[in-house]
Amino acid sequence: MNMENMTAVPIAGSRSEQSAGYISQAAGSPPHPEADETIIGLEVHCQLDTATKLFCACSTDYRSDGPNTHTCPVCLGLPGALPKINRKAVEFALRVAKALNCEVLLESVFSRKNYFYPDLDKAFQISQYDKPLAVGGYLVIEGDKGEKMVRITRVHMEEDPGRLVHKGGVDRARYSLVDYNRAGIPLIEIVTEPDMRSPKEARRFLNKLRVTLEYLSVFDSDKEGSLRVDANISLQPEGWFDREKKSYKGRNRVEVKNISSYKGVEKALTFEITRQRNVIRKGHPIEQATRHFVETQGITTASRSKEEEQDYRYFPEPDLCPLRVSSWVEQIDLPELPDARRARFIGQYGCSPNHARTLTGDLKLADFYEKVAGNADPALSATWVADTLIGELNYRDLGIGSVTPSHIIELVNLVKSKTLTDKNAIDVIRAILDGILQKQPAETPSQVVKRLDLGATDSGIAPAAIADVIREQPQAVADYESGKKEAFMFLIGQVMKKTRGKADPAELNAMLRDALDGRGQ
Amino acid sequence: MAHSRLSFTPDDRVNAFLTTCPEPEYGTGRLEGLAIAIKDNISTKGIRTTAGSRILEGYVPPYDAHVVSLLLAEGAAIAGKTNMDEFGMGTTTENSGYGPTLNPLDTGRVPGGSSGGSAAAVAAGMVRMALGSDTGGSIRCPAAFCGIVGLKPTYGRVSRYGLIAYANSLEQIGPMARTVGETSRLMQVIAGYDPRDSTSIEQPYCHTPDKNIQGRRIGVPEEFFGAGVDPAVAAKAWEAIEVLEKKGAEIVTCRMPGMAYALAAYYVTCMSEASSNLARFDGVRYGPAADTKKPWHEAFQERRGTSFGKEVRRRIMLGTFALSSGYYGKYYAKAQAARQQVKLDFIRLYKEVDVLAGPTMPTIAFRLGEKADPLSMYLSDILTVPANLAGVPAISVPCGTVDGMPVGLQIMGRHFEDEAVIDTAFAYEQAVV
Ligand SMILES: [Zn+2]
Repeated sequence: MNMENMTAVPIAGSRSEQSAGYISQAAGSPPHPEADETIIGLEVHCQLDTATKLFCACSTDYRSDGPNTHTCPVCLGLPGALPKINRKAVEFALRVAKALNCEVLLESVFSRKNYFYPDLDKAFQISQYDKPLAVGGYLVIEGDKGEKMVRITRVHMEEDPGRLVHKGGVDRARYSLVDYNRAGIPLIEIVTEPDMRSPKEARRFLNKLRVTLEYLSVFDSDKEGSLRVDANISLQPEGWFDREKKSYKGRNRVEVKNISSYKGVEKALTFEITRQRNVIRKGHPIEQATRHFVETQGITTASRSKEEEQDYRYFPEPDLCPLRVSSWVEQIDLPELPDARRARFIGQYGCSPNHARTLTGDLKLADFYEKVAGNADPALSATWVADTLIGELNYRDLGIGSVTPSHIIELVNLVKSKTLTDKNAIDVIRAILDGILQKQPAETPSQVVKRLDLGATDSGIAPAAIADVIREQPQAVADYESGKKEAFMFLIGQVMKKTRGKADPAELNAMLRDALDGRGQ
Repeated sequence: MAHSRLSFTPDDRVNAFLTTCPEPEYGTGRLEGLAIAIKDNISTKGIRTTAGSRILEGYVPPYDAHVVSLLLAEGAAIAGKTNMDEFGMGTTTENSGYGPTLNPLDTGRVPGGSSGGSAAAVAAGMVRMALGSDTGGSIRCPAAFCGIVGLKPTYGRVSRYGLIAYANSLEQIGPMARTVGETSRLMQVIAGYDPRDSTSIEQPYCHTPDKNIQGRRIGVPEEFFGAGVDPAVAAKAWEAIEVLEKKGAEIVTCRMPGMAYALAAYYVTCMSEASSNLARFDGVRYGPAADTKKPWHEAFQERRGTSFGKEVRRRIMLGTFALSSGYYGKYYAKAQAARQQVKLDFIRLYKEVDVLAGPTMPTIAFRLGEKADPLSMYLSDILTVPANLAGVPAISVPCGTVDGMPVGLQIMGRHFEDEAVIDTAFAYEQAVV
C-alpha cells in the first residue's frame, strides 16, 4: 500500500480526501545536509508460510514446479469463482499482530485494490484498507543509540499477485509470460511509523522482524521472494522531526520500492541518502517521488510519475464477510520470542550478552544451540557455535541446517576434555564443512581427528621433541640464555612444528621453559 | 451411474439460446431427464459461457457453478445457455453481444431482462425450467414480461459460486418456470449452503407449496402504485391482491419511503461493483486476444473498447467514477447509507406484515428499441431493486394481461422466508387457474 494513501486514511474511520503528512517543501530549510537526520519508515510485505493459498486450496509450495501448475478457478480469478478465507492465514496474521503488540480491530474488512496489471488476474488485489486487521503496535530493536522502539502503524492481510517473466530481459523483452502460481499466496503487510534514523536501523528492524516471524512459525525467510520492502525516506534538520511530528513542514520524502533483500534495504537507503544530500547541497528541492531500487546496481531510479498517481478505488470486497477475530487473538498462545529467549540464554546457559544475541538472532541457530548446550558445556558451546561455527559456515555460504548438532556436541566435549586443542578443533570444523561442501559422506569429529591425526597428546611426545629442538638449535638456546626473549618464541615454534599442534600450547610452554632453565643449573 | 441422453432441438425463433446442447446427458434424481436452460452467466464446465458478451467469446469454463453441479447431481440435463443483457446489464435483453431475444408472446416486444433468454425459453415451451440471475429484477422482470414465474431467493440462500459477477452484493441465482410448483421444485435443488461462497447461508429449502394463506398479512406499499406505474398494470396487480384477500389474507396498505433513494443506491452500487468485476477482461486470458504487437496497456484498452457493448462501457465508466478518490464519499458511501434505509424500511414493515405485494414491473413488455434512452430503462427497475438492496426474497407470478401482454404480481418476503413468498404466489395461482 502506498504510504500517501495510508496517511490520508484515518484508521477505522471514514475516507478522508485530503492528503496529509510532512510532505510539502520546507521554506528555507538549512543548506547543510550533513547535519540532517534521516527519517525512515518501512512497509514490509512477508509471505505467510501457510500450506494453502489465502482464498483457495491451492498449495503454496510452487517454487520448484512449472508455471501455472498451482492454480484453480479462484486464484486464476476465473469469472464466477469466489474467494474463501483461509483461517490458518488469519491465525498466522493474528500471531504476528499479537507479537508486534498490536490492537486487533473488532471488525476488519477486506477491500479491493483496483489496478490493471497482467500479473493481477482479477485486476484487483484483495487487501485491507480502512479497517486493517490490527493497528498500533511496536517492535524493540537495537538502535544506533541503544535499544529503541519502532512503532507499528498497522498490520493487514492481502493476496500476492502473480509474476511476470520477461523473455529477453526487463529492458528489451520480446514478450512477457505470466505465472499465476504465486497469485493468492497470503501476504502480511506491516507498516511502521517513520521511527528509524539510519539505514542500519532499518536493516536491524527487518532482521528483528524476520526473526520474530520465524519464531512465530509463520514465515520462511529462505524462500525466494518471501520478503519485499518499500521504504520511505527523507532528510530533515536534526531534531526537527521529533519536534514537529507531521506538521506541514520539512522536506519531501521519497518512497523506494522493490527492495527484496535484507542487505538491499541498507544499500538502497544509503544510496538514496547520498542522492538526496547531493540534491539538497545543490539547493534544489527534493521532489516527492516513487523510486525503484535496482538491486544489481545498488541504485534507485525514478519511476514513471503515473504510478504514484494511481487511484486504487478501494471498496469493501463484497464476496467476503468482515473478520471479527479480536476474541480469537486472546486464545492465541505466543511461543517464546527472541528477546525472551536471549534473556533465558544468558540466565540458563551463562551465555555472554553478545553470544546470546547472535544465537537468538536466528530461529534455526537458536534451536541448534539449545540442542548442543543440552549435551555439552553450555558456555563453551556458545563460544564455539557463535564465534567459530557461524563464521566458518558464512565463509562457505552454508546454513546452520547443514550441520548436525551431535557433531558439535562431540567437538565441544573433545575440547572440554582437552582431547582436542582449540586450534585443531577449528581444523576439525573446517574439515567437516569442506566435506559437506564437497558432498562427501558425513564424518564425525572423532573420525576427522583420527584421519588427520589431530588428537592432543598429553606431553607424551613433547619431552622428546623438546630435547631434539634443544640439541638441533644451539644458537637459539644460547640466545635464550643470554636473555633474548624472541629466542624462546622461536624455540617453541620449533617444538610445535614437531608435535604438529597436538600438544596443548600452554603445557608445551611450561615444559620448554623448564627444560631450558633446568639446563643452566 | 448409467447416463442417458436427451434429444434437445428447440425451434428457437426468438434467439433465446446462445448455445444449445443437442444431446445432453442426464442422470437419476429429482430432476431426472428434465432439460433445464441455464443463463449464460452461470459457469458450465465444457460449455461455452459468455455472459452475453463478446469479450468472453469462446470462453469455456473449466468448472461448473455450484448450482449446475446440484442440477446434474439430481439428474437434470443441461439444455443450453440462454441469452441475456451483456453481464446482466439491462432490462430488455437487447444489450446482448449476440443480438436481442424476442418476446415469444409478441416478437415485436422485448422479453425483459436481463434473464430474457431463460424466460423466453420457458414461455415458448422449449424447456420447462430455467435458471436466471437477479441483480435488480433480472429474473422477475422477464418472468413478468413473458408470463411465467420467477423467484429471486433471499441473498445467501443459493450459492453464487460460478455466477459471473455483475454486482456481487445484490445478485442471486434463482429458478424460473411456468408454475409456482415447478419454480419451487427447482428451488429445492439449488438452495443450500456452499462453503465456497462466503455469503452463503445454511438454510436449505425443502418446501412444498401450500395454498392456505388464511390470516397472512400482506402489505401493499403505496409507492408500488405511484408515479410511473401504468394504471392498467396497477389495476391488474390490485385485482390479484384482492384475490389473495378473498383467500383469507389481510391486506394492509403501507409506505416505503426509502424507495425514493432505491434506484440511485442500486445503480451506484451495481455500477461500482461492476467496474471492478469486469476489469479482469483485458484480452490476456479470455475472449479474443488483445493485439500483442501493441504495448499491453494500449492493447487491453483497445480490446475493452471494442468488445464491451455500449451499456457495459457506460456502467464501467460510471462505476469507476463513483469509486474514485474524492467521489467515493459522495457516491458509493452514500449509496450504501441509502441502501441501509431501504433495508430498514423492509425490517420495519415486516414487523407489521408477513409479505409485501405490488406489480413486478411498472408496464407491460416494451416494444423493441423503446428503451433506447438508458435513463428511462433504469427507471423501469424501480419496483424490483428494493428486494435486491435489502436481500429479501421476491417472486413474480403472472396475474393477467394488459393489451394481450402479461402482467406480473410481485410478492416479497422476510429474509429466509422464501417459503412464504412461494405460498402466497401459489395461493394466487391456484385461485385463478
Ligand atoms: Zn487456487
